[in-house]
Amino acid sequence: MLKTRIIPTLLFKGVGLVKGRAFDSGRRVGAALQSIRVYNLREVDELVFLDIAATPAGGRPNFREIDELADNCFMPMTVGGGVKSVEDIRDLLAVGADKVAINTAAVETPELIRHGAAEFGAQCIVVSIDVKRRADGTPEVVTRCGQNRTGRDPVAWAQEMERLGAGEILLTSVERDGTMSGYDVDLVRDVAAAVSIPVIASGGCGSYRHMADVLSGTRAGAVAAASIFHFTEQTPREAKRYLAERGFRVRL
Amino acid sequence: MGAGLTVVVDYGLCNVDSMVRALEECGARDVERTRDPRVVDRADRIVLPGVGNFAAAMRNLAAWGLLDSIRQRSSTREVPFLGACLGMQLMARAGTEGADNGRLEGVGLVDGEVIRLERQNADERIPHIGWNEVVARPGSVLLAGIPEASDFYFVHSYHLKLGDTANEAARTPYCGGFTSAIELADRPVFGTQFHPEKSQKAGFRLLRNFLAA
Repeated sequence: MLKTRIIPTLLFKGVGLVKGRAFDSGRRVGAALQSIRVYNLREVDELVFLDIAATPAGGRPNFREIDELADNCFMPMTVGGGVKSVEDIRDLLAVGADKVAINTAAVETPELIRHGAAEFGAQCIVVSIDVKRRADGTPEVVTRCGQNRTGRDPVAWAQEMERLGAGEILLTSVERDGTMSGYDVDLVRDVAAAVSIPVIASGGCGSYRHMADVLSGTRAGAVAAASIFHFTEQTPREAKRYLAERGFRVRL
Repeated sequence: MGAGLTVVVDYGLCNVDSMVRALEECGARDVERTRDPRVVDRADRIVLPGVGNFAAAMRNLAAWGLLDSIRQRSSTREVPFLGACLGMQLMARAGTEGADNGRLEGVGLVDGEVIRLERQNADERIPHIGWNEVVARPGSVLLAGIPEASDFYFVHSYHLKLGDTANEAARTPYCGGFTSAIELADRPVFGTQFHPEKSQKAGFRLLRNFLAA
C-alpha cells in the first residue's frame, strides 16, 4: 500500500525558518543545510523547499544554492520559488530537485505546465496553489506570495492544472500558514475530491491531531508542515507513530 | 566492491547528481557523469538514472550517440547495468509516452513495453508518488539482504510491462500490481521503477548490491 507522506516544508524568507530581513545567501544555505542534514538522519519521507523571496525579487531560482542543498539531501526533494520557464525546470532537475513546484507562473503562463510535463513528465511538475478565503468564506486562488488575487476558484483551478499536465497539487491555506491552528480541511477535501492526481495538504499544522483530521476528512496523499517541526519538539517520526496507532498507513 | 569506472549517463533531463552522490556514499570509487559516448565505451558499470519523458529521453540518447554505446557496452554481458525509474523504462523494447503514432523504440535491453498505470479505484492516484512496498522474488541479487516488503520511493505514471515475467525481480501492489524491479538471469542487467538513490537505507543497500554485482 502507498504510504501517507509527512513532508517538512523549508520556507525561506517570510514566516519561516529565517525572517525576511536575513536575506543573505550564505547564512540561508547554512540554516537550510543544517536542517537537511537533520532530516537525513531522521529519514523523513520527503522535503519541500520553497524560496518565497524569489518571485517578488523577480530573479531566477538560486541554482547554486539548491545544488549544494540537493547534494546533501538523500531524500526526495521538491523545489519551488521563482520558477518561470522550461529552462528553470530543466536547471532545477539538473541540480538535484526531484520535483519542481510552480505557483505564480502557473497562473500567469499556464502553458508552462503543459510544456514542462511534455518535456520532463507530469510526475515532476507540482502545481502549488495558494488559497485565501474572501469575507464571505469562499476560497480564492492567490499568487505572488498571497499578494495578488486571481478571482479563481481553487477546485476549478486544480482541475485545469491537472488537465494541462500537473502531476501533483501542493495546496496551501495562506491564512492558516504559520498559525498552527489546523489545516483548512474543507478546502483540502473539495480539491482532493475533484482531481485524480495526488494532493499535499499544507498550511496550519500545529499538532499530530491536525494531520489526522485532514487525512481522515479528505483524500490528501500527504501532509506538509513547517512550524510544528521547526518551532516545537514534535518530529516527523513521532507524527507517523501517532498516525499509525490510529490506523493510517505510514512508513515507520 | 565499487572498483573500476561507474558511469552515470546524463541525457539532459534528469537529476544525475543525486545518483552520483548516492553511488559515492555507497562505496563507488570512481563515478563519472557523462554525455560523452566515449566515456560510456570504457565504463566498467553503467547507470541510467531517470526523470523525464520517454520520447524526449530516447531522442537525446540517440542524438548524442549514447544509445549505440550503451547497447554495445551492455551486450558484452560483463558490464553491469542499472536503470532507475525512467532509466528502467528506457531498457524496454518499446514505449508509448510522448509517442505521436503509438509506439517508440527503447534501448531494448529487455523484452517488454512501457505503458501507463491504470487506477483501480478512487484512492489510487496517478502519478504514483511516495513510498510503497517492494516485494522481492526469492534469490534476487539486487534486493538481497533488504527486509521483506521494504518501502521505496516512487514517482512515475508509466511502468514497464515485461514480455517474460522470468525477468521480474520484484512487484509493487498498486494499480493492480506492476513490476517494480527487473533482473536478467544471464547477465548483470538490473532495473528499478523506484528511486534507490532517494530511498535511504533500503535504497543504499540496493546500490551496494549493484556495485558488488
